Amino acid sequence: MSLLSVSGLRVSLGGKPVLHGVSLDIAAGEFVGLIGPNGAGKSTLLRAALGLVRGEGRIAIDGSETLSIRQRARRVAYLPQERDIAWPVSVEMLISLGRAPHGTAFSRLGAEDIEAIDRAMTRMEISAFRDRPATELSGGEKARALIARALAQGAPLLLADEPTAGLDPSHQIASMQVFADVASEGRAVVASMHDLGLAARWCSRLVLLDRGVVVADGAPRAVLTAERLRTIYGVEAYLGEAMGGMVIQPMNVVTAGAAAQEDKAQEENGE
Amino acid sequence: MSEGARYRLVLILLALATFILFLLSLTVGPAAIGFGDSLSALFSDKRDAIALIMREIRLPRAILGLMIGVTLGLSGAVLQGWLRNPLAEPGLLGVSASASLGAVIAIYSGFSAMFALGLPLAALAGAVLAVFVVQAMAGLRGGALTIILSGVAVSAFAGAMTSLALNLSPNPFAALEIMFWMLGSLTDRSMTHVWLAAPFMLAGWAMLASLGRSLDALTLGGDAAVSMGVDIRRVQFLAVFGTAASVGAATAVAGAVGFVGLVVPHVLRPLVGARPSRLLPASALGGASMLLAADILVRIIAPGRDLKLGVLTAIVGAPFFLWLVYRTRRQLP
Repeated sequence: MSLLSVSGLRVSLGGKPVLHGVSLDIAAGEFVGLIGPNGAGKSTLLRAALGLVRGEGRIAIDGSETLSIRQRARRVAYLPQERDIAWPVSVEMLISLGRAPHGTAFSRLGAEDIEAIDRAMTRMEISAFRDRPATELSGGEKARALIARALAQGAPLLLADEPTAGLDPSHQIASMQVFADVASEGRAVVASMHDLGLAARWCSRLVLLDRGVVVADGAPRAVLTAERLRTIYGVEAYLGEAMGGMVIQPMNVVTAGAAAQEDKAQEENGE
Repeated sequence: MSEGARYRLVLILLALATFILFLLSLTVGPAAIGFGDSLSALFSDKRDAIALIMREIRLPRAILGLMIGVTLGLSGAVLQGWLRNPLAEPGLLGVSASASLGAVIAIYSGFSAMFALGLPLAALAGAVLAVFVVQAMAGLRGGALTIILSGVAVSAFAGAMTSLALNLSPNPFAALEIMFWMLGSLTDRSMTHVWLAAPFMLAGWAMLASLGRSLDALTLGGDAAVSMGVDIRRVQFLAVFGTAASVGAATAVAGAVGFVGLVVPHVLRPLVGARPSRLLPASALGGASMLLAADILVRIIAPGRDLKLGVLTAIVGAPFFLWLVYRTRRQLP
């Protein structure tokens, strides 16, 4: 059964339509990269799936469309794009917040909770600064702590909005590895991202969103073609293979004139 | 020392301080009664002057000091956690200003002179009106910002109406009474005031105290909190109505007492590891300690002059707050 099933989702923000009938199924074991240009509707799709913005269409989590807020919290964890931490709480306490959906209002952390918290901290390599105030961390450290918080929630599905933004290359790769591991454990991760190289190398599946519609959905090699990068992202990219995986590096911006010329050249070739 | 152990120590010390200050509040006053005499009179069957002073004057004053302190500390901590803003304070929702307006209208119209509870009841009515206006403005879809802005507007309007009452006051004595009442005081309150305020305050505390876990989750922002199972509408309802009930009742019996709800959560936040749920009980006890201490000080500093409680908390609180801001300015965004 799919962990998340969205069909015919339409969302308008402030009267402006953002998503025009998006359909998507996420199954256990998948690590889905949600890609697309700025304003394509990636964040809105994630937020709508969680019920944070209202939309028309069907959204089923774990096969159910009528989950309470608490029930949903046990099935879906969410990592928002904003990384604002209001108070200087310790990193460990920050991560323990992820266990909130599991306890009752007054229960203390149990052995299972503490294990989940420790595991999440080890995975994101932040155990060394567990006692430091979370507000004093660097941007990248804060990002890792927040990923650990979402992992500690222990939900079958993790929706992450640009989780690797602001991380150094080694921690970008480490984070993608963690998400891939989480997916291989029988859970699923959906991460919106802009780094196509990381997405191509680590995700099991890519969903390309443009102007509120899914334009491509499938294996990274099938989705990321030179043609799509040109028409949707407006970039010329180098596509290659190295060290057993796909390499993709955007090189130049396609100017409007050049694109038109190219179209013309293609037409001529076609004829 | 672990965070948990330090938290328990802070709570124990604050509870101890509150208890000692409560006893001091019972034993300090213009009628020079010994410490032992005054406490034993409280529990004796005798009906002499000392027992009368203790039961009818000092006991209600100490109880009100305790309850109003808890109210201001707790609601300040809840509002700061809910709005994720260290500048939030209990008067933010317009409740204090409207309760003051209700009291002023009662004094102005002579309603307060008709029976003993006329003034606090009118003040409570003002608070209730304010919270319904604010909540109606925010509606079901409105968020925290709508509530803050509505609160600012309601406060401004209530302040203007209070000024109008002063402006049009037919005799200087009514104006003076209004001015003095607005300064905030616990002098000459009776057990009737306690019984009037207690139900509202207890109901308000119950609402506010239930928010600890939700406020913890809100540390990460509204969206993250919802994804962790927090019902934002419920949090908003409980924060607004809990504050309105308890702060409205506090203002109704004592007038506006500023700075306690703003300063106390600030001072205690670093001591409880900044965790909002832990700040609630600490701030409630801290508020009680601060208010009881201030109410004892007004009796010691100027015994014959009736120094007002709200004046003292502002005189001490404002420079102290400035010092806090100076000390923590580097951590502020």
